[in-house]
Amino acid sequence: MRRLALTLPLIILACGLRSAAAERLVVSLSNHRVAVTSNFVGEELVLFGTIEPDPAASPLRPPYDLVVTVTGPRQTLRTRRKQRMLGIWVNVDSREFVRAPSYLAVLSNRPVNTIASQDTLRRLQIGLDNFLLPQRIGVDVADTVRDDPFRRAFVRLQSQQGLYRESGTAVTFLTPTVFRAAIPMPAAVPTGNYTIDVELFGGGILVARTNSALEVIKTGFEQYVADAARDYGLLYGMATALMALIIGWFASVIFARD
Amino acid sequence: MQIYLPIADLPVNVFLVLGMGLAVGYISGMFGIGGGFLMTPLLIFIGISPAVAVATVSSHIAASSFTGAISYWRKRALDIALAMMLLSAGIVGTATGVWLFTELRALDQLDLMIGLSYVTLLTVVGGMMIYESLRAVMRTHRGEPATLRRPGSHTWIHGLPFKLRFKRSMIYVSAIPVWVIGFVIGFVGAIMGIGGGFLLVPMLIYFLRVPTATVIGTSMVLTLVTMASATVMHAATNHLVDAVLALILMVGGVIGAQFGARTGQKMRGERLRLLLGLLVFAVGCRFAFELVVPPDDLYSLRYVTGG
Repeated sequence: MRRLALTLPLIILACGLRSAAAERLVVSLSNHRVAVTSNFVGEELVLFGTIEPDPAASPLRPPYDLVVTVTGPRQTLRTRRKQRMLGIWVNVDSREFVRAPSYLAVLSNRPVNTIASQDTLRRLQIGLDNFLLPQRIGVDVADTVRDDPFRRAFVRLQSQQGLYRESGTAVTFLTPTVFRAAIPMPAAVPTGNYTIDVELFGGGILVARTNSALEVIKTGFEQYVADAARDYGLLYGMATALMALIIGWFASVIFARD
Repeated sequence: MQIYLPIADLPVNVFLVLGMGLAVGYISGMFGIGGGFLMTPLLIFIGISPAVAVATVSSHIAASSFTGAISYWRKRALDIALAMMLLSAGIVGTATGVWLFTELRALDQLDLMIGLSYVTLLTVVGGMMIYESLRAVMRTHRGEPATLRRPGSHTWIHGLPFKLRFKRSMIYVSAIPVWVIGFVIGFVGAIMGIGGGFLLVPMLIYFLRVPTATVIGTSMVLTLVTMASATVMHAATNHLVDAVLALILMVGGVIGAQFGARTGQKMRGERLRLLLGLLVFAVGCRFAFELVVPPDDLYSLRYVTGG
């Protein structure tokens, strides 16, 4: 009786927050650190997770939909457009995308636009079409409509390099409450800190979210060379020039035998 | 075999890059040119960013021109006095070129300027070389001497004052055209990001009548000094020289340059000039083609800032 008295308010509380806190996400990433070494040709990370009832006794209401958004370090890029002028093709127009993610992957168990309404997706910035990509227009910085030709070109060019992607098959539900997501890291993956946002939908409504992070770093010799080039530019340059002379001299010694 | 490049931030196939180094090194050894105008577009084509490509190529050119210069030095086909004269003017030209480069970049039309100057220079120089060397080839066919080194063939350039004698090249010319040529090479090289060997060789041949035998070795000394200092400057200011990429290119480049230098010395001067003319002209046409033909993609990306 006492037990019921304790659980009853909890159930009522849980019912009251139905859409907000009836589920909890527990995720684990296969590797939080991607090491870029001399033979790095890309890697695939795996994110495992389960959907737990919150509080423990409350019922789960599958089916669920899951969206994983991986965002890389920010970069400012300029998209330029060519146009014919006096018979030759010239860059005439350009837009600067300010602090856009250098890597952006939107992974889900089915195409994102079938998971929730357009309004919800836009509000939560889910999907390549809905992600905020601010452009510098004159002195102002603003996001533009998603049909903006520069924005479309920007997303297309980044996708061609494998840096932006949207996949409706990258998340798999192993059971109705256990899932796995494959995060592809292409060979040209930028180094830096990445954030992983995991969003759970039930019936088109966001029911739970969590996040995680990963880091892409250069290690060993690569790190050493990159550091030297950045911190000791002049010495590094002289060492490279000296290396050129030594190799040049060495070759002439080897080939002088006739 | 893939290897990750620490500055360019991407993996490349070692054998592909080595092969590119070999091929460009062969051409550079044969004609006494740096080969930057061939290597830079090749690197950009395999996905390396233009800035890193330009900066790294300078160290590759330094290596292959050094090995080339040594082998020409051994064969006594090198005029140090002439090279030093050209260099002293070349440094002034480079400084002027770097200054104009900065000014043009502020106007945001640098890409177009570089493209247009590549097209103009390469097609004009290549065309002139083809025309001249074809005539020389035809003269030898008719049994006449191929070279233009006859006592009566002096032009107005040889009438200028401040005459100097360059023993190794067996020429007696005014210091003024030597200085002008050195300045122009340094200037153009800084603007276009090239060593300028393909311009220097024809200029020395046509304006100063330097014999083909010493012109290549001399041009290599000039290329070596400008490119070695360009490597240091690029590394110190922009931090864009990729030592790993440079090393692979150099190893291929020096080996290629050795074989190229041998082929070049076996070949007759006018044939060599015809081949170089055709090569320069073809690359010029390639650049012109790029400017005129509608591009596959009207849009392109350029990094403004990282991090």
